[in-house]
Amino acid sequence: MQIYVCVKHVPDSAANIHIVDNLKIEESVPFLLNPYDEHAVTEAVVLKNQVPGSEIIAVCLGKKDAESTLRSALAMGADRGLLVETEKVCDSMTTARALHAAIVKDGPADMILTGKESIDNEGMQTQFRIGALFDFPVVTNAVSLDIKNGNAIVTCELAGGRTRTFDLSLPCVIGAGRGLNTPIYPTFPDVVKSRKKPIETLTLPELNVPAAPGSAKIVSMTPLVQKRHPRKITGTPSAQAAEIIRILKQEAKVLS
Amino acid sequence: MKQAGIVIEVEHNQVKETSLGMITLAGRTAESLTALVMDGITREITDQLAAHGVHTIVDLVLPDAPEIRLNPAVRAAAVVHAARELTLDRVLGLSSPEGKDLLPRVAALLDAPLVMDCVDVDLNTGLANTSQYSGKVMAQIQLTGETLVFGVRPNAVPPEPRPVQAKTVVLTDNEAVPENITLRSWDNKDSEGRQSLVEADIIIAGGRGLKNKDNFSLIIDCAEKLNAAPGASRVAVDEGWVPYAFQVGQTGEKVSPQVYIACGISGSIQHFAGMKTAKMIIAVNRDENAAIMANCDYQVPGDLFDILPEIMKQL
Ligand SMILES: Cc1cc2nc3c(=O)[nH]c(=O)nc-3n(C[C@H](O)[C@H](O)[C@H](O)COP(=O)(O)OP(=O)(O)OC[C@H]3O[C@@H](n4cnc5c(N)ncnc54)[C@H](O)[C@@H]3O)c2cc1C
Repeated sequence: MQIYVCVKHVPDSAANIHIVDNLKIEESVPFLLNPYDEHAVTEAVVLKNQVPGSEIIAVCLGKKDAESTLRSALAMGADRGLLVETEKVCDSMTTARALHAAIVKDGPADMILTGKESIDNEGMQTQFRIGALFDFPVVTNAVSLDIKNGNAIVTCELAGGRTRTFDLSLPCVIGAGRGLNTPIYPTFPDVVKSRKKPIETLTLPELNVPAAPGSAKIVSMTPLVQKRHPRKITGTPSAQAAEIIRILKQEAKVLS
Repeated sequence: MKQAGIVIEVEHNQVKETSLGMITLAGRTAESLTALVMDGITREITDQLAAHGVHTIVDLVLPDAPEIRLNPAVRAAAVVHAARELTLDRVLGLSSPEGKDLLPRVAALLDAPLVMDCVDVDLNTGLANTSQYSGKVMAQIQLTGETLVFGVRPNAVPPEPRPVQAKTVVLTDNEAVPENITLRSWDNKDSEGRQSLVEADIIIAGGRGLKNKDNFSLIIDCAEKLNAAPGASRVAVDEGWVPYAFQVGQTGEKVSPQVYIACGISGSIQHFAGMKTAKMIIAVNRDENAAIMANCDYQVPGDLFDILPEIMKQL
């Protein structure tokens, strides 16, 4: 199988985010492979072990720095990388077009894996757009995946533990959820080996990425700090409990 | 803008409160609202929608067979069909578990821009506010295109009554059932009788402070007494005390309840990413220096194993 994994270079979730010009974030923070994409890469490795001879190609749209995220994917087990390099900030309509064009050029794909969302823009949609451009079926928040008789049997989690299982014909697009697997933690030799794996760099013009019929553009950003002013509830546990119940009833009015 | 279509979620023959809130939000910037209802319309549903400002109610008739009716690809195609038939140039839905699997499909099929998890939307200008970077940033996003799609965060706006006259339209979608994606099975097992995390008014969540799986039942019992949804930090999930569906945070659910009661949770940046938009946060923690104690509305210093049983007793 030819397995493509779309990966994104995102700021570390623990980093403090500073905003510049009310428009973008200060990019001097550490950037990493998007956590959900780690599950996608890991699942590709699981599939490759099941279907010997498979190849895993990590694809990323981003600035030059994003190469480090492709290296992380290579260290986890991807065979080679494709970097669609751009200095532009792309919305998901353009991102999907770029990833689609890169995979078409490199393909054909038997499966495309992504994370269910990226933790920076939290768009939750690129996988569906890629699927629509290819006319491949898509599922998201996958928590289990099996290949049977040339179909992908995928269980996806809704919420509250509710799941749905789908039968997808291949090729298909699958957005990985956190329940899918435990991400591979590369060893030092893996990291060393990954340095020798090839990364091809492509650009939007050479891929002839078509213009999208619409766009989503960030027009302003403000830090989301909700300053709360804590009041302390003291006393015996019984008095504290009574006060909590009073607050729920009288202030929040959520209990009758 | 011509027409705004709102995808309605129904449960137990009632329009969900979160859907009514979304209608209120849409009504602030749209004159005329169209509700898209997919699982059958009753008098009760029509009355509720009309009482909140919906002018046109569309009964989107889907095939009866549940494996077809519940297939998100079928549902998305039906919404797209309605959008085209009724020339809707704005489509809204909830950024709920179902919505996260529906709206991006709709947007992809329409090749239209989409913002998920909006806390505010201006349907005239196409501007939407949504949090990014794990809840650290509020971004204002300008959508442009023929049709714009918005996913609205549940509970972003409380419902307000706005009675109007509503008419009902029946729309049958005769599109072919997709062959490349079929729904094999679905289950509701864990959600039965339990409040959904994203829709609950009260969430009581437990973390490492609960120490083990048996103790975690204290959170679940307390939730039941309070008619709250139980939640958890990632530690409680990773330890296997509760399923992943309980997790609140950056890599779990993002919730905005009226009240969030955090018990034995330190308040990591990633946990806050999921609950910082709660209207009120009450933190029960024995460490007065825990991060959550500095960023809540009520801090309750003490041992959760003393305080929670007292709450249960007094209710
Ligand atoms: C990429 C990434 C994503 C993540 N995503 C999430 C996420 O979505 N959600 C999430 O929650 N975490 C997430 N985390 C993990 C996060 O960093 C923290 O490790 C986690 O939130 C801590 O959980 P906790 O507060 O339960 O545990 P701890 O930080 O260990 O805190 C336990 C607290 O319990 C208190 N306590 C102990 N005993 C008692 C008692 N008897 N009575 C009262 N209080 C008591 C202690 O004082 C302490 O404050 C993520 C981490 C990473 C790197």
